[in-house]
Amino acid sequence: MENVKGKVWRFEDHVDTDQIIPAERLLAENLDKMDEFIFEKVRPGMSQKISRGDIIVAGKNFGCGSSREHAPRSLLQAGVSCIVAESFARIFFRNSLNVGLLLVECPVAAREGDELEVRPKDGKVMNHSSGETFEFPQYPEFVSKLVEAGGLMNLIKEGRF
Amino acid sequence: MSRGKTIAEKILSAKSGEDAYAGQIVNAEVDYVMVNDVTGPIAFREFEELGMEPVRERMVLIPDHYVPNKDVASAEQAKEMREFARRYAIDNYFEVGRSGVCHQLMVDEGFAAPGRLIVGADSHTCTYGGLGAFSTGVGSTEAAAVFATGRLWFKVPESIKVLLSGDFRPGVGGKDLVIRIISDIGVDGATYKTFEFAGDGVAQVPVSDRLTIANMAIEAGGKAGIFPCDPSTEEYIAETVKGDYRVYEADDDAQYCLTLHYDLGELEPMVAFPHLPENGRAVKDSDVSIDQAWLGSCTNGRIEDLRIAAEVVKGRTVHPDVRFIVVPASPRVYRQAMKEGLLEIFMEAGAYVSGPTCGACLGGHMGILAAGERCVASTNRNFIGRMGHKDSEVYLAGPGVVAASAVAGRIVAPDDLEAV
Ligand code: SF4
Repeated sequence: MENVKGKVWRFEDHVDTDQIIPAERLLAENLDKMDEFIFEKVRPGMSQKISRGDIIVAGKNFGCGSSREHAPRSLLQAGVSCIVAESFARIFFRNSLNVGLLLVECPVAAREGDELEVRPKDGKVMNHSSGETFEFPQYPEFVSKLVEAGGLMNLIKEGRF
Repeated sequence: MSRGKTIAEKILSAKSGEDAYAGQIVNAEVDYVMVNDVTGPIAFREFEELGMEPVRERMVLIPDHYVPNKDVASAEQAKEMREFARRYAIDNYFEVGRSGVCHQLMVDEGFAAPGRLIVGADSHTCTYGGLGAFSTGVGSTEAAAVFATGRLWFKVPESIKVLLSGDFRPGVGGKDLVIRIISDIGVDGATYKTFEFAGDGVAQVPVSDRLTIANMAIEAGGKAGIFPCDPSTEEYIAETVKGDYRVYEADDDAQYCLTLHYDLGELEPMVAFPHLPENGRAVKDSDVSIDQAWLGSCTNGRIEDLRIAAEVVKGRTVHPDVRFIVVPASPRVYRQAMKEGLLEIFMEAGAYVSGPTCGACLGGHMGILAAGERCVASTNRNFIGRMGHKDSEVYLAGPGVVAASAVAGRIVAPDDLEAV
């Protein structure tokens, strides 16, 4: 779990998976270019403006809705390095662990465009634009093991599941 | 002495071989794992990388979202599932004609049953809780993990007890109750938790309505929504269930993180306004004109729903400004509706009746909305752009309200229609 640093894209509560990537894009032929469709209905143009390493900051229940793994995968492809939210919907949470997208459950004060740094090992989120620091607890043991391994498939390959 | 258990704790204990309580993480044996045409391809690719033998009898492959193939891209996608099924000799693959909305098919084909642990790469896998199963949605990679190992990890959820009493008034049903519950606790009110239904009122809730309610547990963030198994459950599945099943009851001293109480007799027809299922209002307090009424989906596409809707439109005509689209959820439902003359009633009224598919429920095909259009739908999600253009609107309601609205051209309950 490396430290990550990037610019903030700010979202509010209940960002659903239909917003992240609309159902009509869920076709196998799109699997390698899902980054082009992120938030296309609610933030048109975001896929072109996002830079590698950027961080999404959101309110409660991020990723609610469908079980589509395309949601965390598309964000990862687009270069999102981490999502910091007050809470996550459970399937989105599990999917993110498996595809290697870093999630941090922590309420933070951050505005669109702020410079944020996330230090997973120290349990800290630092907002370099405001100078504030926020702390979050570690994952339970099994979940940490999953994150360290980079997802369930790797645990299976290593014979550890 | 250890304390009592909820149904979720009992099923996860039995399947993991551990003495499991809420908060623990267990590794449990899964009875069935289901994927559909949208979530399947990622699962197949992940699985193939492992180079392992699959647990083929426990896998169920159901094309439903974009079939019959909507375009070349969806045809390729459907082909990927078909070829995977052939390559690994998966018997439980359902070709178009024998396929339908995945969750309805899981019930019709007897995979869903009390006491089973079922996962599916589709968030509404929680539907089978209506029969007393512990079932929940997972991602494609997790489905692939189950293909390979037959197991998955679960955090044993805390449970919210929903005590039901009384009986529904005419024209009120499971959809109205679940919209009320979600509106009361919010779309994240049950995140990581499981609903467990109890009380005298349970016996008054038809099994098809239990499936509707369990289906929408996820719309409150829930992991599952479980009804106890009773004689009506056993009767409902008697003809179709595959294999044995075991019934689990909650202990009297089981612990719940919250108890809610609903008197079914106090409920009224509800509609959830855009763009969240928690925006429930009484139908009588809404004044919304519509362009489309859509009846179908894993939430309310069962024969019982079609009967309710047909009763409403019988002898009436669909409003001239409305497209009324009726989509039986599975071949079994379709055939039964045909036998009972329900399709005839819908067509007489001016409705469009299609074969089973998810279709427009997810904004796929067969009824997509243009900018500014409004649809009252018997589905489960009304997110921005869910059924089409980002400036279209979806209103969620039960089958009676959908049918009555198709006739009136605005959202109304069956009681609001003038007598024929
Ligand atoms: S009917 Fe709708 S909610 Fe149900 S599985 Fe299909 S797309 Fe999903």
